[in-house]
Amino acid sequence: MNGKALPYLLLMPATLFLCVFFLYPFVLVAFEAVTRDGAFTLDNFRAMAGSWKFPATVRNTLLLAAIVVPIQLAMALLMASIVSRLEAGRSAALYIFAIPLGISDLAAGLIWLAIFDQSGFLNTLLSSLGIVDRPVMFLGYQSKLTIFIAVVLAEIWRATAIMMVILVAGMGLIPREYHEAAEVFGAGPWKRFVRITLPLLRPSLQTAIILRVILAFEVFAVVAALGGTNLPVLMGETYNWQFTLQDRNVAAASALLILAISIGFTLFFLRVLRVPKEARI
Amino acid sequence: MSAVAEAPVAATADARKAGDWLLVATAILLCVWVLLPIYLLIVNALSSPQDVTGFPKRFFPSFDLGSLSFFINFAGVARALWNSVLVATLTMILSIGFGAPAGYALSRFDFAGKGTFRFLVLMTRAFPLPLLALPLAVMFIRTGLDDTAIGLALVHTTLALPFAVLITFSLFSGIPVELEEAAWTLGCTRWQAFRKVILPLALPGIAASAVFAFTISWNEVFAAAVLTIENRTLTAFLLQSLGESPLYLKFAGGAALVVPALIFIFAVRKYLFAMWGIANR
Repeated sequence: MNGKALPYLLLMPATLFLCVFFLYPFVLVAFEAVTRDGAFTLDNFRAMAGSWKFPATVRNTLLLAAIVVPIQLAMALLMASIVSRLEAGRSAALYIFAIPLGISDLAAGLIWLAIFDQSGFLNTLLSSLGIVDRPVMFLGYQSKLTIFIAVVLAEIWRATAIMMVILVAGMGLIPREYHEAAEVFGAGPWKRFVRITLPLLRPSLQTAIILRVILAFEVFAVVAALGGTNLPVLMGETYNWQFTLQDRNVAAASALLILAISIGFTLFFLRVLRVPKEARI
Repeated sequence: MSAVAEAPVAATADARKAGDWLLVATAILLCVWVLLPIYLLIVNALSSPQDVTGFPKRFFPSFDLGSLSFFINFAGVARALWNSVLVATLTMILSIGFGAPAGYALSRFDFAGKGTFRFLVLMTRAFPLPLLALPLAVMFIRTGLDDTAIGLALVHTTLALPFAVLITFSLFSGIPVELEEAAWTLGCTRWQAFRKVILPLALPGIAASAVFAFTISWNEVFAAAVLTIENRTLTAFLLQSLGESPLYLKFAGGAALVVPALIFIFAVRKYLFAMWGIANR
């Protein structure tokens, strides 16, 4: 076989697949969003933005990401540092920290439903401690704040693992000598973390933050399990337009909005956390 | 003299001991944070329906299989479970079948367009991929793929394929090319060398990335809910019955989603970090 053609032959299946099931539907969704009955129009976007739920939807989604992602970043850094310094039980801790990685957002929502439900474990704890005398309704339609808090906790619980894994892998690539040298010169653990680990971890931090921010805009099943329709988010509204309201053009417009926000934030973080070529390890 | 010299040493030793203690305590606390919610869900799943809806709750399961047997015998659950397994298995086969050759090509050849291909694969991560299910729903109706396991598996493969490419790329890169060259000089063809030397070495890692693809499909909610109606997967089934199903059905369903995930992550724990280390870059 011709050696020059071989790599292209090996790439062909994956490339064709991504063209048919990634590029093509992407073009389709963009097309559906700006047309109705074959004619170009912006009505779909107007219908989307005109819905009474829309402002709350956008606000909830962005607010969730803004609260959840920084907390996750801090927790993931803490977990990764702990794991890298732990001597006994290192692999057990790693496995346990990584468990949520395999758990779906729907299951995570149900897990936290078991805690926050009116007959759930939080109410049991509170009433056995004598803090409340009868079960509180945390997830009713009148308690948007507690629904929001429950979703935040569930999201932090579920999706910190992905950042942790990326950061642990990144820390593994930092040569030990740097830390040893810093220790010899008397740098304490905190100083070593800020001056050595963080700067050298930048490529991993970039990946982790981008991936996590994009996933945060896709929040859907956690909210569906905990709040139903009481806490509208973008992905849930897209689902509603497609399914309940049976309007796939507006659903496409909504999908395009999520895409635009995701791409916008990706470019933003690529720029802000840019890693110069010569600084890579 | 010696007492003066020893004092600071003892102080550092004490500080270090306190630091170690703090480290272990934090690690245990974080493990509890991850495990406790899962435990509470399992308590619910292993309790009778009366215990699940009753109040106050006990923090130990009553080991009554009422909830689980209700769940298993509930109309549509067995089928949904089967569909989940079927779709995830197809996703696993498709993403490794398409992804592994691409990963091998990226790790072994230098060719024009290599950078572009890698960039394209990386970029797919910046898109909320489940949204692609929206336009594909129409395309699938035209081609008769709507509401089928293979149709959904194709969308899930779009999610899993980029990971399969990057993970197998890192796997093959970790196997010295000299091994292959040695086999060639001993008279093996390229294919024989790959099959007899490289494949056995890469197989455990490929199996791990296959499990990873399985997990991605097993957990996916949005595309499954959009693309399946009669042939729902377990996640789509649970999502669509969230509003009306009783609590114990939700919790038993949640447990059915979580337990396999625990096993999957355990199965790939050795590879989790190595896979991400290079998939990062």
